Amino acid sequence: MSQLSKRIEDTFPGACTKVVEWRGDVAVTVKREALHDIGKFLRDDPAMRFDYIVHVSSVDWPDDEERFEVVYEIYSIRTRQRIRLKTRVPESDCIVDSLTDIWKGADFMEREVYDMMGIRFRNHPDLRRILMPDEYEEGYPLRKDFPLRGKGWRDTFEFLDEPAQ
Amino acid sequence: MAQFEDQRTTVYKVDPEHPEDATLPTLRTEELLLNMGPQHPSTHGVLKVILELEGERLVKSTPVMGFLHRGVEKLAEEGTYHQFIPHTDRLDYVCAMYNNFAYCRAVEKLMNITVPDRAEYLRTIVAEIQRIIGHQFWLGTQALDIGAMTVFFYCFRDREILLDWFDELCGARLTTSWYRIGGVERDFTPSLFAKLNQFLDYFPPKIDEYVIFLEKNRIWLARTKGVAVISAEDALSFGLSGPTLRGSGVDYDLRKYEPYSAYPKCEFSVPVGKNGDTYDRYWIRVQEIYESVKIIRQCLEQIQDGPIMADVPSVTLPPKERVFTNLESMIQQFKLFSQGFNAPPGEIYCGTEAHKGELGFYIVSTGGGKPYRLKIRAPSFIHMGAFDHMSKGYMIADAVTIFGTYDIVMGECDR
Repeated sequence: MSQLSKRIEDTFPGACTKVVEWRGDVAVTVKREALHDIGKFLRDDPAMRFDYIVHVSSVDWPDDEERFEVVYEIYSIRTRQRIRLKTRVPESDCIVDSLTDIWKGADFMEREVYDMMGIRFRNHPDLRRILMPDEYEEGYPLRKDFPLRGKGWRDTFEFLDEPAQ
Repeated sequence: MAQFEDQRTTVYKVDPEHPEDATLPTLRTEELLLNMGPQHPSTHGVLKVILELEGERLVKSTPVMGFLHRGVEKLAEEGTYHQFIPHTDRLDYVCAMYNNFAYCRAVEKLMNITVPDRAEYLRTIVAEIQRIIGHQFWLGTQALDIGAMTVFFYCFRDREILLDWFDELCGARLTTSWYRIGGVERDFTPSLFAKLNQFLDYFPPKIDEYVIFLEKNRIWLARTKGVAVISAEDALSFGLSGPTLRGSGVDYDLRKYEPYSAYPKCEFSVPVGKNGDTYDRYWIRVQEIYESVKIIRQCLEQIQDGPIMADVPSVTLPPKERVFTNLESMIQQFKLFSQGFNAPPGEIYCGTEAHKGELGFYIVSTGGGKPYRLKIRAPSFIHMGAFDHMSKGYMIADAVTIFGTYDIVMGECDR
């Protein structure tokens, strides 16, 4: 499986910053400028054909300089291999190129990442909140600095007084 | 007496001598925006879809989700790995066993635990029973949405037998939590084996019964054949999985592609459709019920005596009867539930073929007893991403069929 990461490294010299193989999973961290090109290459390259998008996720590392990590898990139905494509973004400029034009399914998945972690996607056709309400203004719930109980928004709801029985 | 001119029945008189002089009013047409849901019986939960209509044709549909969002992924970061198992029941509350299974498999991959043989067989049997229940539930509700009510009663009659069987197995019918990390909670009793064998003799003719109602039903065929067609290429690009993907002719089943549990030891086939329409997806699900029966039969033949829990005391729970009688086991149980086990730093993704599609868990661990980040790849959520594409150009009544064909459950979709 290491030939997979080697092939990415050969085609895009200097784009891979980290390759990890653990428990049979290959995770390649790439520079975010190269993410879109590498995604396109992985889908179109005849030897790889990563035509299936599994999920898009994000991880928050508050202590790191580049705080957020965007994770794309893709699969090749033809060659039956899996790869995890990751990229890091700093908090001050958290925007990544959207991969919606490569895999259509990335649309909803990226919207979820935006909703939960606040990472924006360039060229995304419809970047809105998806699970939280549109008018939700407390921030992004899956960030590590967001408390589990929320920031008090749900305590502001008015309750109807039940008539005494 | 006042006279009212009825706008709808205004008669425009045309001079027969000079019909070209008449000016007929032109009909005003505009796109209609229709809100479907959140409270609509066919949305299988609380889902709103904004439909843009041109006449009765769907031009664009925008799903609005999140009415059932409970922040399960955030909750996972606050509890230990064991404590998250009951939360997974509430994802896809129709098929809790398979969620438990998928989650336990992911943690086992993280901890590198091998599950003993007997436990693998027990897991496979229960998972396939859950698949049958899921498909029965789907068939019943899908037929009900389309208007065939009898199938619903037949499916639910047989589903009830299996739910009672679950009740005897673990004390719950729907939110079961029977799987454990490293094995299962308890073994089958002889009575459960007997009941299961009895059911396997009783059940296959009943599947034919469901099908009789539908296969020659003209309404069913008209409402499913050629509806919501999606090509294999698009289905892959959207990340569809399970019967929804196989209906388009892609032979992607994780039970075959990445064999796990006792599946590699059983012989079964994966039905694949041709046309990618709602009918093919229905046909696949019915065939899968037959295959599940076959898998359960083979597991029951092959199963041997042995332990039902992996012997890794630092991770797996001690048997319940030892907790009450043995001090060390009680300490082990207490420590596992109060602090959790120490997971190695790293990250894994583990996908499992649930009856709706690929249910995956992506876990990031930084060591310690709690997951640092846990992401659930819910098939219902990803299928909804293709809703606009698949509904375009079909009639408004087909929107109901398309929800059904994904087999969506909003608990899993919104998490």
